[in-house]
Amino acid sequence: MTNIGPSIVPMSLPGGRSSRGVSLHVLSVLVENRAGVLARVAQLFSRRGYNIYSLAVAPTDDERFSRLTVVVDLESAPLEQITKQLHKLINVIKITEIDPVDAVEQELLLAVVAADVSSRGQILELVGIFGAKVLDVGLERLTLALADTPEKLDDFTELIKVFGLIEVQRSGRVALAKLNRGGGRGGISRGKAS
Amino acid sequence: MKLTGAQALIKSLEMQGVEVIFGLPGGAILPVYDPIIDSPIRHILVRHEQGAGHMAEGYAQVTNRPGVAMVTSGPAATNIVTPLANAYMDSTPMVVITGQVATSSIGTDAFQEADTTGITMSITKHNWLITDAAEIPEVVAEAFHVATNGRPGPVLIDVPKDVSNQMMDWYWPDAVDLPGFKPTTKGHPRSIQAAARMIKEARRPVLYVGGGVIRAGASRALLTLAEKTGIPVVTTLMARGAFPDSHPLCLGMPGMHGNYSAVTAMQKSDLLVTLGARFDDRVTGKLSGFAPEAKVIHVDIDPAELSKIRHADIPIVGDVRSVIEDLIEALDKGEAGEMVQADLAPWISRIREWQKLYPLSYDRDGSGNGLKPQYVIETLSSLTPEGSILASGVGQHQMWASQYWRFDHPNAWVNSGGLGTMGYAVPASIGAKVGRPDKVVWAVDGDGCFQMTAQELVTASAERIPVKIALLNNAYLGMVRQWQEMFYDQRYSEVYLSPDLPDYVKWAEAMGCVALRVEAPEEVAPAIEKANDINDRPVVIEFRIDSGEKVYPMVPAGASNDEIVLGPSYGGAR
Ligand SMILES: Cc1ncc(C[n+]2csc(CCOP(=O)(O)OP(=O)(O)O)c2C)c(N)n1
Ligand SMILES: [Mg+2]
Repeated sequence: MTNIGPSIVPMSLPGGRSSRGVSLHVLSVLVENRAGVLARVAQLFSRRGYNIYSLAVAPTDDERFSRLTVVVDLESAPLEQITKQLHKLINVIKITEIDPVDAVEQELLLAVVAADVSSRGQILELVGIFGAKVLDVGLERLTLALADTPEKLDDFTELIKVFGLIEVQRSGRVALAKLNRGGGRGGISRGKAS
Repeated sequence: MKLTGAQALIKSLEMQGVEVIFGLPGGAILPVYDPIIDSPIRHILVRHEQGAGHMAEGYAQVTNRPGVAMVTSGPAATNIVTPLANAYMDSTPMVVITGQVATSSIGTDAFQEADTTGITMSITKHNWLITDAAEIPEVVAEAFHVATNGRPGPVLIDVPKDVSNQMMDWYWPDAVDLPGFKPTTKGHPRSIQAAARMIKEARRPVLYVGGGVIRAGASRALLTLAEKTGIPVVTTLMARGAFPDSHPLCLGMPGMHGNYSAVTAMQKSDLLVTLGARFDDRVTGKLSGFAPEAKVIHVDIDPAELSKIRHADIPIVGDVRSVIEDLIEALDKGEAGEMVQADLAPWISRIREWQKLYPLSYDRDGSGNGLKPQYVIETLSSLTPEGSILASGVGQHQMWASQYWRFDHPNAWVNSGGLGTMGYAVPASIGAKVGRPDKVVWAVDGDGCFQMTAQELVTASAERIPVKIALLNNAYLGMVRQWQEMFYDQRYSEVYLSPDLPDYVKWAEAMGCVALRVEAPEEVAPAIEKANDINDRPVVIEFRIDSGEKVYPMVPAGASNDEIVLGPSYGGAR
């Protein structure tokens, strides 16, 4: 049985893939690094009925700020309303809307997989193919790590599932806009309207 | 200069020009109550913290300055949650200071601990938990800045007891630096040009005016705009008085209990010039049937309001006064100036026809079992000096007040619109009188509402705040009764209150008020005149009104505004 990580990161969607379609959108939100900011953002989403698909938070290189990478489900509300409401939070400095098409995204997966002598070789082969890592080795289990795009993580999960997944944790994606090489659209940055 | 956190807090309020605090002390806020003794700031001791919050709101609604309330931790903080939610809905600037348990006890379920910042997060524009006394001046300056700039609203500062006792070096910040709070006040010139053009082309335009016009002090600009363009005006419940009812272009209040002509003008309009209003469901009725042919120009200082409910063809973010002024200029000159205003005469004459056929009306000499509430309010309005302030509770009496009082001035109507908080009238009227002691302040209250917050009349008597309460006693939670009568087959469930339990006259007298009871129509005017002459203490007049009287017109909940019901004085038909 797959042990699903934080409930806001639904792992095993029907078909074993994340329903990553038009309805998901990535917001990269620069916030003041203060107590309670995450609670404010989370409460805003819950109060207004916006769905968070995944959420990752970390400090930035400037210690005054943190960056939230929020994947929102636009079926719950139009993107414009979500960003406008987010902007009303005093601690929100800047929001960059990243269309998944124009983003570079990475996510980290940790998985504990059943690996007896007979299957271990095949698992290690997959580890090699995907460029994953073995973090920990037990008698009948391996703990694997893979940092890649969310789709690659989906594929990898799908393939190692057959050996018996014992536990899975995903970090939620982090994303940045693709660098502009003339053609791409890049992210749309919205500072506070001024 | 070394000060305690508590002294710094009071001094910071003085620096902000605060003249009055509404509050009630307790353990965690004790240190802050000590320097109040030496401060020029007036403190008004309430009888319930909800009263403090609504007084601060009433004060703010009539002065356009932030009201300030101060209470202790835990139960006091939770008691002021309702006013915060109310102020948040009605965009009323308010600063609430709460005591908190000592920082070392936070999170331990200490005595009278509540997660005040957590609880109030979604009903404040922002809140702060102070952890170091050195932050106090800065946070107070930020709090007032946030409460009053952009879309106004309530903020809260939570002050742990040890922080109040901590010593700090006094300073006062020269400026507020909030990188995440930079409201746009100036409308975009291109949008304003486009709006001017759209206005000139419109044949059936309506100025849809909301409470933002009052908050922005934009009434005079609005008058100029209306007179320049000849466009008729509707004023929402929150905007009563933003444009004078006595002006020929004023159609009165739209919405669920609005005037037929206001509701219908919006329905038939081809352009809603929306100024500081937010398409509340009580105004729009069923959204899909609302003003189906209208284009929308939407001006608001809060970008999140634009296209939130109704798509805006021209959204304009900005301070509504500044935008109206720019719009007037754009109508005068600029590229839009090459055109002339479309002829509005056919539109106006259609509206005049509706006004003639379907004015507000009630059964004047009806054979009900009591006074007609509409008559009471009409008489009150005509006998009370021009420019007086009217507060209201929530229910039928509120709708009658809004319909039958003549509103000719902004900041003279104090009511709970967005949240619909019963019990608002008494404390809010007290706050209003404190803010405008030069004005006569009346409150129209229901018997249900009165029983929720009447104890603040003790505050009013003790502090010599001579408010006047017109209590419309229909022995019912009347508005709920009306819905049960109309939509639940007259099955009355838990709405009866009794006409004489409590005895309102004795109760009011016990609270130090002059109290009168009026049962006959001919007593109405003399009682009001008597009350108007009393200026040294509060007055309560209990009017025994007809329990069966209903508020009309009415757009039934969930119906389109086209289905407005005019009521029995139209013989049941339209
Ligand atoms: C705090 C609160 N509780 C309940 C309600 C629901 N409610 C709306 S109007 C009303 C009746 C108000 O009764 P009363 O004050 O007597 O006014 P009336 O309608 O009779 O004029 C009630 C219960 C409310 N708006 N606020
Ligand atoms: Mg009643």
